[in-house]
Amino acid sequence: MKTTGKITGIIANLVIVETEGTVAQNEICYIKHGDEHLMSEVIKILGKKAYIQVFESTRGLMVGTEVEFTGHMLEVTLGPGILSKNFDGLQNDLDKMEGVFLKRGEYTYPLDVKKKYEFKPLSKKGDSVKAGDWLGEVTENWIPHKIMVPFKFNGNFKVKSIENKGKYKIEDTIAVLTDDDGKEHKVTMIQKWPVKMPIKAYKDKPRPFKIFETGIRVFDTLNPMAEGGTGFIPGPFGSGKTVLQHNLSKNAEADLVVIAACGERANEVVEIFTEFPELDDPRSGRKLMERTTIIANTSNMPVAAREASVYTAMTIAEYYRAMGLRVLLLADSTSRWAQALREMSNRMEELPGQDGYPMDLPAIISNFYSRAGFVYLNNKETGSITFIGTVSPAGGNLKEPVTESTKKAARCFYALSQQRADSKRYPAIDSLESYSKYLEYPEIIEYLNENIDSKWTENVHYAKDTLLRGKEVFEQINILGDDGVPIDYHIKHWKAELVDFVILQQDAFDKTDASSSFERQSYMLEKVVDTCKMDYEFDDFEEVGAYFKKVINQFKQMNYSEFDSDEFKKYEKAVEKTLKERRVEKDSDKDEDKAEEKSKEKKAAKPKEEDDGKESKSEKQKDKKDKESKSEKQKDKKDKDSKSEKQKDKKSKDK
Amino acid sequence: MEQDTKAFQRVYTKLFQLTKATVSLHATGVGNDELAIVDGRPAQVVKIMDDIVTLQVFQGTEGIATDAEVVFTGKAPTLKVGDDLTGRFFDAYGSPMEGSKEIMGKEIEIGAPSVNPVRRKQPSEFIATGIAGIDLNNSLVTGQKIPFFADPDQPFNQVMAMVALRAKADKIILAGMGLTNDDYLFFKNIFDNAGALDRIVGFINTTENPPVERLLVPDMALSAAEYFAMEKNEKVLVLLTDMTLYADALSIVSNRMDQIPSKDSMPGSLYSDLARLYEKAVQFPDGGSITIVAVTTLSGGDITHAIPDNTGYITEGQLFLRKDTDVGKVIIDPFRSLSRLKQLVIGKKTREDHPQVMNAAVRLYADAANAKTKLENGFDLTEYDERTLDFAKAYSEKLLAIDVNIEVEEMLEIAYQLFAKHFSHEEVGLRQEYVDKYWKEN
Repeated sequence: MKTTGKITGIIANLVIVETEGTVAQNEICYIKHGDEHLMSEVIKILGKKAYIQVFESTRGLMVGTEVEFTGHMLEVTLGPGILSKNFDGLQNDLDKMEGVFLKRGEYTYPLDVKKKYEFKPLSKKGDSVKAGDWLGEVTENWIPHKIMVPFKFNGNFKVKSIENKGKYKIEDTIAVLTDDDGKEHKVTMIQKWPVKMPIKAYKDKPRPFKIFETGIRVFDTLNPMAEGGTGFIPGPFGSGKTVLQHNLSKNAEADLVVIAACGERANEVVEIFTEFPELDDPRSGRKLMERTTIIANTSNMPVAAREASVYTAMTIAEYYRAMGLRVLLLADSTSRWAQALREMSNRMEELPGQDGYPMDLPAIISNFYSRAGFVYLNNKETGSITFIGTVSPAGGNLKEPVTESTKKAARCFYALSQQRADSKRYPAIDSLESYSKYLEYPEIIEYLNENIDSKWTENVHYAKDTLLRGKEVFEQINILGDDGVPIDYHIKHWKAELVDFVILQQDAFDKTDASSSFERQSYMLEKVVDTCKMDYEFDDFEEVGAYFKKVINQFKQMNYSEFDSDEFKKYEKAVEKTLKERRVEKDSDKDEDKAEEKSKEKKAAKPKEEDDGKESKSEKQKDKKDKESKSEKQKDKKDKDSKSEKQKDKKSKDK
Repeated sequence: MEQDTKAFQRVYTKLFQLTKATVSLHATGVGNDELAIVDGRPAQVVKIMDDIVTLQVFQGTEGIATDAEVVFTGKAPTLKVGDDLTGRFFDAYGSPMEGSKEIMGKEIEIGAPSVNPVRRKQPSEFIATGIAGIDLNNSLVTGQKIPFFADPDQPFNQVMAMVALRAKADKIILAGMGLTNDDYLFFKNIFDNAGALDRIVGFINTTENPPVERLLVPDMALSAAEYFAMEKNEKVLVLLTDMTLYADALSIVSNRMDQIPSKDSMPGSLYSDLARLYEKAVQFPDGGSITIVAVTTLSGGDITHAIPDNTGYITEGQLFLRKDTDVGKVIIDPFRSLSRLKQLVIGKKTREDHPQVMNAAVRLYADAANAKTKLENGFDLTEYDERTLDFAKAYSEKLLAIDVNIEVEEMLEIAYQLFAKHFSHEEVGLRQEYVDKYWKEN
């Protein structure tokens, strides 16, 4: 018997229901308003009164209306056919809904029950299995979609029977399992799972140790994301959050992408709907939409469903992770989700925390972020969810509760800067303000040095230092005027500009530049760092800008050309030629040290002295090491492989 | 407001609680959001607890006695829509102002459900306003929502009226919230003089009306817009002025309902409340569209205040007005203004070189701004700096000023003339193909 109750109170979308039966926290119930059945969720129980949040408009509801409880929490239906669908926050298939306007109380089944999938068994009779183990496989678009032992199954099971290869509908029984007590359980291709519970059908969740390639240099080069890592992008409006997320979904090295459009503009979602089916996926050569699932709860859709939407997206991501896939989950924006929590907390008259948000907001956010991660499945395969959320800080103020709570939970921070956006330096991420904690993980450093280049992390730090120094001297130039500072300051400033223009800035709308492989990034970084390490001679500060503008332009042409193509090499030669014009050839380490000393003296009495001192020390060590390998490398750059590289490094260390 | 009492309507006469804005009584069979008439004043159900119903009285509760008559209408606020809406002005309840006759037409509930996002079309039609600061630099697109961020002393209502009259919209729907009577008459006269009354519908709450009534105005206007755009497939332009006063009314209500305020004493639901309205902007599949041009007045240019801040996250860009003292005219600020949807039309619906010319001009204008800062800080100007300053002045006067009224082609021509007068090809940096085709030496 299902529990029923009657409405006794209504305040906006909070409804109070009196019931005699059993009710569970977060249980789903339906308000029977005439022909419309309005989905709601229990959020508080006080004695006989259940407080429910309605996922729809409550207009016209009356006291005394019957409410029926379902006995389960908010669940999603998992099975073949999720990919390339457009769902709302409650996993209704938006395309199946009739009419231009959303009708209250209209719910559509998320999957296609009539479609037949080609099934291939992966287990056999007598196999011992448990929740999450792969029973079989169907092909969904081009992804091998695993049919698993339902996550809700507790304990060990034996495969009693499994269907042969063939075509089946998702509701057909494809296997029968027996539990320890000998009870039989039928398994179809679909299963349900409550969205607010993490799916834990995996063996082990190690610290992320692999790099997640995004093709975007400000991420990969400066502040890399780890596979299974978490990050967030806060930024004021108009700073390019959404474009950046779209780029990520286009170029990142993921098997599939789940996008939760949470409380954002409808036209932006329409842009995804319109463009993604047309865009080519650079990784599979198919259409982007084939590996993308969109959970859309635009800002004008009911608030309570907004909260559900991020959980729905996360659960779908977890489902695909259990198949051994690399999932990229994007949520734009988590602030709207937090605001939805605030609205409900407010209506329930809870004592508010900072800015009116619920007290447990930090806990809710970190709990959500913790569901991402890299996992080893029971069969030793791996899967991952890399999660990047955006935050829309009120007034662009990063000290507000949502940003601060997210900062504690996410491991990477990508600060979008209004200033960079205003000067059209895209992507507008301020690499100095941003950080990636993964760069401190020894396992990540090892991975980078082994898989990309043994000098990679060194070069990255050098590029960052160059940017920092450039920023400092630019402030001085602005205060003292162009001719009020030594020429050396201008050179430092322009070296930073070189890094900025060639490495940081990336044209998301250019076919070639939009995505950059690690091989290419490593090559370009080395080139730019080498260029920055050189000394240059000028007579006049005006020459510095003009000269570097030329160098930057040639480097940029390299970025616009196919990697290693004739055109690319042509511009590379042009760069070399230009560099020779002004470069001061260094003869020995001694001279170089002197130069360092000198520049240090020049800068004395400046507050930034301390930092510089430290840098130049480490630089010296680096430079010595570089020298060893440089002469050899310049001869034949392309042939270098990491092995010989490593040996070289060892040698230099031995010395 | 006219209201005939019908047989099924329930009448109560015992109020047991009265506050500044609400009355409570014992009643049954009342629906949430239902409209009622309390002592002749319209009111709406905001809370039901057992048999206690709390009503928000839009005009305030002054003078209402505990034995006042309460009539429940059995429905949410509605609007009668039909062709004879056009050319007329209505109050916040959708009743004709100045005693003209009632609308004959079907009655629809205001605040209808939202459009299914998969049924929306991507906006793609350029709206020409003749103002180069908008058409050239921040082109508007049908189905877009964009506010003017303006200080109260700026002529935003004039600019908006101009935009409305020049845009080739089938209908212009004006939602006036807290308009001064002077501004109401200004709109009425300017539309009348332009002979555009047959395209206009107005829903007006002036400063003479109670502020809480304002909350109904945008819903009324947008419901009418939906009627014309959906059922008649018309291109509808909705003007919302001033959304800051609308938000102020929201905060008054939430305060009287004892809700905990969030930033800047605005209700925590401000984002959702504003988004619900702005997201009515839409391009329908059958050709009809709703475009929203709004005004958000700022206090002292502060865009971090909760109202402009939340608005910025919802709307597709914003337009800033600024007085350019060098030319003595009000201009559309090219730096702070942004139309997020312009990429959908510029260079596609307008001439191919539009995006490049736009960017080049703004970049040169930015160089001029840098030169100006140099000048102010007492540094010497280079010859290039001097030229950018001259260019900026002409650019501001001939293109950015709001009194400009020309076609896009002509805007582009003027831009080339200015380029040619002040700069070399290299300094402007346009693609060679466009230089060959369009650049004419003076």
